[in-house]
Amino acid sequence: MLNLLWLIPALPFLGFLLLAVFGGRMNKTGVAFLGVGSVGISALLTILIGIDFISSPPDGYSFNQTLWVWMNIAGFKPGIAFHLDSLSLIFTFAISFVGFLIHIYSAEFMIDDEGYSRFFAYMNLFVALMITLVLADNFLLLYLGWEGVGLCSYLLIGFWYKEPANVYAANKAFIVTRIGDTSMAIGLFLLVLHFNTLDIQNILQSVSTQWVRGSSLAVLTAFLLLGGALGKSAQLPLQTWLPDAMAGPSPVSALIHAATMVTAGVYLIARTHTLFDFAPIAQNAVATIGALTLLIAGFSALTQTDIKKVLAYSTISQIGYMFLALGVGAWALGIFHFMIHAFFKALLFLAAGAVINALHHEHNMFKMGGLRKELPVVYWTFLIASASLAAFPLITAGFYSKDEIIWYSWASNIGSPWLWLISLIGAFITSVYTFRMVFAIFFGEQKTPVSQKPGKRIKITLIVLAALSVLGGFVELPETMGGFAPFTHFLHHTLPAVALRSEESGIELLFQIITAVLTLAGIYLAYQFYFKNVKFTERFKQTGLSKFLFSGCGFDWLYDRAFMYPAIFFARINRNDFIDNIYTFITWLSTALNGMLIKTQTGRIRWYATVITMGAVITLTIVLVS
Amino acid sequence: MTFVPFESGLILAAVLFLLGLIGVLVRRNIIFMLLSTEIMLNASGLAFVTASARWMQPEGQVMFIFILAMAAAEVSVGLALIMQIYHQFKTLDTDTLNNMKG
Repeated sequence: MLNLLWLIPALPFLGFLLLAVFGGRMNKTGVAFLGVGSVGISALLTILIGIDFISSPPDGYSFNQTLWVWMNIAGFKPGIAFHLDSLSLIFTFAISFVGFLIHIYSAEFMIDDEGYSRFFAYMNLFVALMITLVLADNFLLLYLGWEGVGLCSYLLIGFWYKEPANVYAANKAFIVTRIGDTSMAIGLFLLVLHFNTLDIQNILQSVSTQWVRGSSLAVLTAFLLLGGALGKSAQLPLQTWLPDAMAGPSPVSALIHAATMVTAGVYLIARTHTLFDFAPIAQNAVATIGALTLLIAGFSALTQTDIKKVLAYSTISQIGYMFLALGVGAWALGIFHFMIHAFFKALLFLAAGAVINALHHEHNMFKMGGLRKELPVVYWTFLIASASLAAFPLITAGFYSKDEIIWYSWASNIGSPWLWLISLIGAFITSVYTFRMVFAIFFGEQKTPVSQKPGKRIKITLIVLAALSVLGGFVELPETMGGFAPFTHFLHHTLPAVALRSEESGIELLFQIITAVLTLAGIYLAYQFYFKNVKFTERFKQTGLSKFLFSGCGFDWLYDRAFMYPAIFFARINRNDFIDNIYTFITWLSTALNGMLIKTQTGRIRWYATVITMGAVITLTIVLVS
Repeated sequence: MTFVPFESGLILAAVLFLLGLIGVLVRRNIIFMLLSTEIMLNASGLAFVTASARWMQPEGQVMFIFILAMAAAEVSVGLALIMQIYHQFKTLDTDTLNNMKG
């Protein structure tokens, strides 16, 4: 069964190839069948392989499959090879399964779009490359997937390319992530230079035996890889592309935010955890960046009016939590939050897409309202996902994943009260902005009439994801609730367990109660300020602080001034390209000489004859004299 | 049988060639230019024949026959062109026939 591993990325890739070549000639049913089917079989295979892997684990709890050697240059031979262990299995599962649900949803959602087959071709490629990324056995193949998802995100964000704004957003996403990718590529060059291999397991092995903990080389490499992760995962300071990436269709946002693309950074850090372990400064940076990002993005989400932008900022914020977990050494919990986040964030985006479609492409959530009765399925699933995002205590999956992260940001031996405080504030803000959104969209009076109700395929997708958003949490219970944690036990075959500060063990329950109370307070606050007592918030909207937060804390403004304007300025100065002047001079010279020669062409035969004679005389003279 | 001295033959050829050249350069009527070219051709032919007599070799005379044949061909083509030129422009003055300038 494990030998079928290669089919998981290969099937969506095959789907992409078929759709890209024959998609234009197929009817929409055929396109949907092929596009959804390829990912569907891939998801089914993942589940079967996962069951096989767990029930009869291979030696060393990992399975390698080499298809062929990619290239062989002086002993450096990366292969097209896959490595399955508990970490990549969980990622593959989340990607293929959530991706499959998003595909089902898209089959209905995009039905009226003229680019139907193009859409599914891109989506299939996206899933294929993301699975390649997480299954890759060496960094080169991982980098292929890494750049591939970058390309697909570019294609899908700019899917409606007739709008210049969408193309701008696609360019922005591509260029900003490219900054991180460059840093990552340099990091990989460093690794090749030292180990002459890109095989991930080999490198991690060599790092732990050959490098010194905290040496500048380890720190430098870790920081360079972190740069790549920051770009892809939209963390501070490269987070600006994600809110603009909302230009794509809603299923694309769901795919980018939940299953693919932005979680690549989390995967990279978890995969190279040994390296980060050997570079404590870099690991601290991961935690600090995660904490700052989750706070800043959370505040920005508070002021947004576009429903998809709220969700975008909440993604940045939640990935901040994952980074925080990785940064304090709670590797498995970062991955757990990734999986739960994939469920509820995909659900939120898909439900938001259904709402937007129902209201004539209205994005402003304050023009919605009262949709509770009109769209009951969307309402309930959205509510469940929101509760999960806000970490509503006990019943939602988000509670189990986020609460643990908050606890470990204090209790881990490299955690600190500051990180805990920030993550706690973040949790509070999360519940405020999430329920602000719920109240604005589904409660109050109806402001826009519903034009189109979601169909069967959309509803099924939403319900399945809602079930996962609730039940997904019960595979990982905190110590205080029995400590039934098969998920982390499973992951601990690959990732080390979190090391606790010895003295803090009995107060976990207290921390959980604080978090739970704050979450509920946040929901109440949202109810007060955005539902009952709107006047205060109207006044707040006029303040400079609100505008500052609305613009994403001015990062775009800052980057415009720091990088874009100088670049444009120099471009203006050098408009008449300096180097070009040399070549312009050459053309000018030949034109001038040409003008002079033209004058000798008088059209008089006698003049020509005279010149020929003169030439002959001169030549003869030279020959005779010399 | 008296031999014409080699030098005088060459001098005659040179004088004839120069006369032809001057004719080409100063005449404006295209027929006279054609005539002058013929003179130049024959001057060079004379130089060939003189040289062949000087070294008692037949190649110079063979060359002259070539020149004659070529001159005949050239004259026929040239005269035909002149006919066409006159037909088109109603003039034989080469200085006014300068449509091909720059």
